[in-house]
Amino acid sequence: MSLTPIYWLLGGYFALIAVRAWRDRERPARIARAGFFAMLSLLYLVGDWLPPALAGVGVLAIALIAGFGLPLMSAIAPAANGAAGHPRLLLPVLAIPAITIMLTLTLPYWRIDDKPVLGGHLPALFGLTCACLLALALALRLTREKAALALARGGDLVEAIGWAILLPLLLAVLGTLFSKAGVGDALARAIGALVPLDVRWVAVVAYGLGMALLTMAMGNAFAAFPVIAGGIGLPFLMQVHGADPAPLAAVGMLSGYCGTLMTPMAANFNLVPVALLDLKDRNAVIRAQIPTAIPLLAANLMLLGVLCFR
Amino acid sequence: MNLATAWALLPVLVVVLGFALRQHPARVVLAAAVAAGVVAGMHWRDWLETLGQSFLNVRYLLVIVLALPVIAQMEAHGLRELAGRLIAGWRGARPGRLLIGYLAVRQSAAAFGLTSLGGHAPMVRPLIAPMAEAAIECESSTPPSEAERERTRALCAATDNVGLFFGEDLFLAFGAVLLMQAFMAEQGIELSPLAIALWGIPTALCAFVIHAARLWWRDRRRP
Repeated sequence: MSLTPIYWLLGGYFALIAVRAWRDRERPARIARAGFFAMLSLLYLVGDWLPPALAGVGVLAIALIAGFGLPLMSAIAPAANGAAGHPRLLLPVLAIPAITIMLTLTLPYWRIDDKPVLGGHLPALFGLTCACLLALALALRLTREKAALALARGGDLVEAIGWAILLPLLLAVLGTLFSKAGVGDALARAIGALVPLDVRWVAVVAYGLGMALLTMAMGNAFAAFPVIAGGIGLPFLMQVHGADPAPLAAVGMLSGYCGTLMTPMAANFNLVPVALLDLKDRNAVIRAQIPTAIPLLAANLMLLGVLCFR
Repeated sequence: MNLATAWALLPVLVVVLGFALRQHPARVVLAAAVAAGVVAGMHWRDWLETLGQSFLNVRYLLVIVLALPVIAQMEAHGLRELAGRLIAGWRGARPGRLLIGYLAVRQSAAAFGLTSLGGHAPMVRPLIAPMAEAAIECESSTPPSEAERERTRALCAATDNVGLFFGEDLFLAFGAVLLMQAFMAEQGIELSPLAIALWGIPTALCAFVIHAARLWWRDRRRP
């Protein structure tokens, strides 16, 4: 089963946000805001049937609007009457992870004729979608308000996050272009040319730091791993120095994660929360992570040296 | 290092310079995308097709948007204020202590594959951040500065990330574990997912100790 129903749901919601942005004449940059969400909605609703080049034009358009037209807004508004709510308000919020986990674990077993009813090989995404819809129903029951109002409030939140919402997708696109341009291989070659990898500790440091640096450049440790493991790990650490492959892989990947903590390229972890938490400094989350990431990277380099050569 | 290698690193240079000069992230990405296209020697039509196809392939990244109406609706009815009040009732509350607890829960849940327990939109923004902010107020009689509040909120997001990253890698069926296994298998080296996950444990422990020590130190430093 494809993800199309989820994309329709999201596309429909983005269309609703576009219509609201268009009707709301009070706030600035009305056309940019409406255009941004209308185009995003189109890519979700009809993306499966669009020729890729045309979809590319759409992506270019929303990226340009994001970069040049969308205003910045404050994302946190106080409660309507300023008072703390009843503790039962926690229920819908806690229902989202609870239902997601339950469905993720059980959806693969809901079968008719040995075919999964829902979710297929992606139970987590379908689990999250169903959890959000059920939690919304619960939220509406508890607050006794119309769905339109909750959707409008959610829409305001989406608009407040603004261009940051698009960044994880744009950076994934950039990752694909980077691998087409051979960026990773070039970085591995540059490291190999600059340092003597036939010295064992140099190779260990180059491997761990290379994972972190390439992850910072690509925004994703998954993209960095085959490049660095293939360029330094396999030919030097394993074949020349005889490293144990299991800790080499595991600790190498986790050295990449230290890089993820330090780069704006990992937008959904490091930039989206800046918008969600209404932080003025765009690098605030990265700044809060660097003092953990650097000692941890040093620990990883030591672990690599010890665990791979027992 | 030869010229071809340096030339292929041009898109990385664009990203590094763009972010270092504090340019708008969307513009940095666009400029780097153009640079990558030029370096790869792509026809503009291929470039557009790559742009479109890779965007369409990762649309699932925004599924979390579906949680926002729930969060926004509960926030309008006082959820953030409620979270703050719950913490204000605990006299020994400190942001660091609270976040050490959250780190332990987040990291161990992720290690069992329960990565959806947590997250910036569904958990940090509506619950953890207002709780931590309320905990700063328990800390001293003088109201905290706006800068201190922002630092604390950023630390909440950082704690969520650290817990997730260094927990999920211990889960056998996690994508990274399977990716490593597949990569090694291609090179003719058979590794079991269990071995890879087990060798992640020392780093996971280091991550917990380092981050928790920072959080503990943060509480100590303040009166």
